[in-house]
Amino acid sequence: MTYAKPAFRHPDSKTNEVGCTRRDYEGGLSTLCAGCGHDSISAAIIDACFELSIEPHRVAKLSGIGCSSKTPAYFLSGSHSFNSVHGRMPSVATGANVANRDLIYIGVSGDGDTASIGMGQFAHVMRRNLNMTYIVENNGCYGLTKGQDSATMDTDSVSKKGDINPYMPIDLVRLGIEVGATFVGRSFSGDKAQLVPLIKAAISHRGFALLDVISPCVTFNNHQGSTKSYANFREHNEAMPVDFVPRREAITTSYDAGMVQEVCLHDGSVLRLQKVNNEYNIEDAQSALDAIAHHSKQDRILTGLLYINRDSEELHDVLQTASKPLNTMSQRDLCPGSRFLDSINAGLR
Amino acid sequence: MNNVKPTDLRDPEYFHKVVDCQYACPAHTPVPEYIRLIAQERYDDAYMVNWESNVFPGILGRTCDRPCEPACRRGRVEEEPVAICRLKRVAADNKGSITDRLPSIPRQKNGKRIALIGGGPASLTVARDLAPLGYQLDLYDSQPAGGGFMRSQIPSFRLPPEVLDEEVDYVLNMGIQSHFDTYVESLKSIIDKGYDAIFVGTGAPRGSDLDLPGRQECEKQIHVGIEWLGSVAFEHIQKVGKRVLVLGGGNTAMDCCRTARRLGGEDVKVVVRSEFARMKASPWEIEDAQEEDIPILNNHVPKEFVHEDGKLTGMRFDKVDVVYDSAGKRNLVPTGEEIFFAADEVLIAIGQDNAFPWIERDLGIEFGKWDMPQVDKRTFQSSNPKVFFGGDAAFGPENIITAVAHGHQAAVSIDLFLSGKSTHKRPAPGVNLISQKMGVHEWSYDNLVTVDLREKVPHVDKVTALKDRKVEVELGFDINAAYREAERCLNCDVQTVFDGAKCIECDGCTDICPTDCINFIDNADEDALRRTLRAPANDTTQDLYVSEALVQTQRVMVKDENVCLHCGLCAERCPTGAWDMQRFLYSVTKAG
Repeated sequence: MTYAKPAFRHPDSKTNEVGCTRRDYEGGLSTLCAGCGHDSISAAIIDACFELSIEPHRVAKLSGIGCSSKTPAYFLSGSHSFNSVHGRMPSVATGANVANRDLIYIGVSGDGDTASIGMGQFAHVMRRNLNMTYIVENNGCYGLTKGQDSATMDTDSVSKKGDINPYMPIDLVRLGIEVGATFVGRSFSGDKAQLVPLIKAAISHRGFALLDVISPCVTFNNHQGSTKSYANFREHNEAMPVDFVPRREAITTSYDAGMVQEVCLHDGSVLRLQKVNNEYNIEDAQSALDAIAHHSKQDRILTGLLYINRDSEELHDVLQTASKPLNTMSQRDLCPGSRFLDSINAGLR
Repeated sequence: MNNVKPTDLRDPEYFHKVVDCQYACPAHTPVPEYIRLIAQERYDDAYMVNWESNVFPGILGRTCDRPCEPACRRGRVEEEPVAICRLKRVAADNKGSITDRLPSIPRQKNGKRIALIGGGPASLTVARDLAPLGYQLDLYDSQPAGGGFMRSQIPSFRLPPEVLDEEVDYVLNMGIQSHFDTYVESLKSIIDKGYDAIFVGTGAPRGSDLDLPGRQECEKQIHVGIEWLGSVAFEHIQKVGKRVLVLGGGNTAMDCCRTARRLGGEDVKVVVRSEFARMKASPWEIEDAQEEDIPILNNHVPKEFVHEDGKLTGMRFDKVDVVYDSAGKRNLVPTGEEIFFAADEVLIAIGQDNAFPWIERDLGIEFGKWDMPQVDKRTFQSSNPKVFFGGDAAFGPENIITAVAHGHQAAVSIDLFLSGKSTHKRPAPGVNLISQKMGVHEWSYDNLVTVDLREKVPHVDKVTALKDRKVEVELGFDINAAYREAERCLNCDVQTVFDGAKCIECDGCTDICPTDCINFIDNADEDALRRTLRAPANDTTQDLYVSEALVQTQRVMVKDENVCLHCGLCAERCPTGAWDMQRFLYSVTKAG
């Protein structure tokens, strides 16, 4: 029995600006089910970080509990990692981010970890606009415990056992827009052409970036009657293509004028979006909510970058924290002594 | 825009081409198949897979030109190919008695008589293929024993006579009537004996000479390489002068200089017209010569044989520079420097030619350019339908494995011809494609591909080797080294077979593939496809495997076969069994 990934890579494989090949961004071999959408999302994160020439040690990846939350083991093995308690990844991410604002924070969670047990923390981290990328690997079921319906399961979707789901689903993107996420996208694990640029944009965004990625569970939720199967999602997917153009490159792709919106991000990179229609303004929350609802009514699922607010203040701005990570400060700066403490205490009296 | 058509898997040549080593082998020996058997210590089985295909595993395992090795995929993902040739020798060295596995020869003959002229690998292969079918075969050769150039040209320190005898005898013992020490002076005399078919496998027996000033005067100290090697092999020559010059840069030159070192040559030099990179000798033969303290002097054009009182004293050369003109043509431009090397004897190994003085020109056999017979490239039949050619005699000097391949095809033709069928309607090759899945994460072959560098074949120590020309220099792999080397084989014959109807386009295979071979993209013309793949497919000699349009997205699966490791991870990661690893066994059409 042999199940290991050979160390060989394509002899012509490219290196990026920091001298790494794509394979340098891989992690351990996944133990998820063969065909799991989560593995595709891991691969998309690998592609995005490779293409952005991010040094792996500049990334902190965080997760909670669940199939999704295992996946940080399968990408960026050279990065910092924290696998937290169920649904509590946002608190750990907040703590880490406040302590070291210079790292890139990528959180990976699932529909259970986010929309059920972690709902409270999820809503608050968005509200606070923590500067991180939060990817929900959304398969509509609890794959780790034999596929029970999750809170994002669509009404009337049929479980593998044959039960019809009577409850309303939580739509994570609508929730995100409502409570203050400043970058909200939805995508599909089976559409890397859209997913990879979205992840790159989310990483480049300054503030909280939510990506709700539909990621079929091949074992428990990929049958006929399921709304989150590969076939069904593809059939109902209304995908808006996304191009991510790094700061250094000229824009070459051309779309029909009018349907295209260009969005310049904080780091100078540009997002080119092809929208479903002219009226849709992705920088307007209400317009985004309308577009999502409109398509939902027609049994279509709108994917792509749905909403962005580029003028927001992220948590560090609000808290007016130090501009440097704590670990770069001297002990004297961090612990200035009892005289300072006394003056602070005096100020509070 | 012309979309690429789906790959036709019913064409046996598609998967055959993926097995680079087998495809490159003129005889198409199923290399990965026997390498697996060696790893399993099934040496008899490994030997028989070879014997079926190339007739001389022990001989070829020491002397083959190895067209398979430059083709080996391992050489494209790592530095060095699998040591295929020397693994073949392992099978031969470690086998037990295999005589009970040889085909039985019918006592009752089929009444057809065939003459084989020349006792080398081509004729012996024809004999091996036709004797079990009941043909009566007469073999004629001018030498005292069978084997042709394998006996007269390849020195014993590379090919021990016992190994040669054993494998030649497997064939001759199939009831072949051999007529040794019989030089055929006239093809007509053979035709007149009433043979139903005649196979000419007489090789390229004429060594090129070098007509320079002094050649006539020093006749006794100047020899044509292949003739000299033959005389050494049959022990007519047992000594050579202390200072020897060998002219030429091919394998014969390497054999000459190394033989000279063993017959008393102390100062042996190889002098070559061209630059080192263009030498025709196999790199490993050059290396072995250099290890025996033989310098190789390039860019020296022979000018004259220098002699005193009718005795050779040495040779004069013009030193040249290699210059490429604007059209890319190569010119040897004299530097003006003249060099003299003292020598007691000179061996000329600058090439060999065909010669058919013994074939009358009124027998219906047409001769073309360079006085070569016109032979059909596929059937090996000449314009006289009864006369077939093969080996070096057919299209000029090649090598043993090519002669074997010719022999197989000529045997098919002779059998068809004597059964009254067209020699052009050839039976299809045998093809077998079987799934290797044994269970979860369980394949019938060792699919873990690791970085393991090529094993070196140990040599006997130099002092011992140079003392006696009959001491074999290479010791061959021991069993452990052979196992390690066999494990380097990527099992390219275990094919990645894709069934688009089962695919759900989850991307699992694309994501896991270590060498980025697998793509799901919109179809386009081949150039565009090759450019847009995840890893551009720049090697156009390697095929693209293209599926039908897939159900969900109408995209196609495109796999670049070039650097696929055959690790099976695509099939491991496939939730629906759309990918499967299937062993592809391709056997060349054989007579009968």
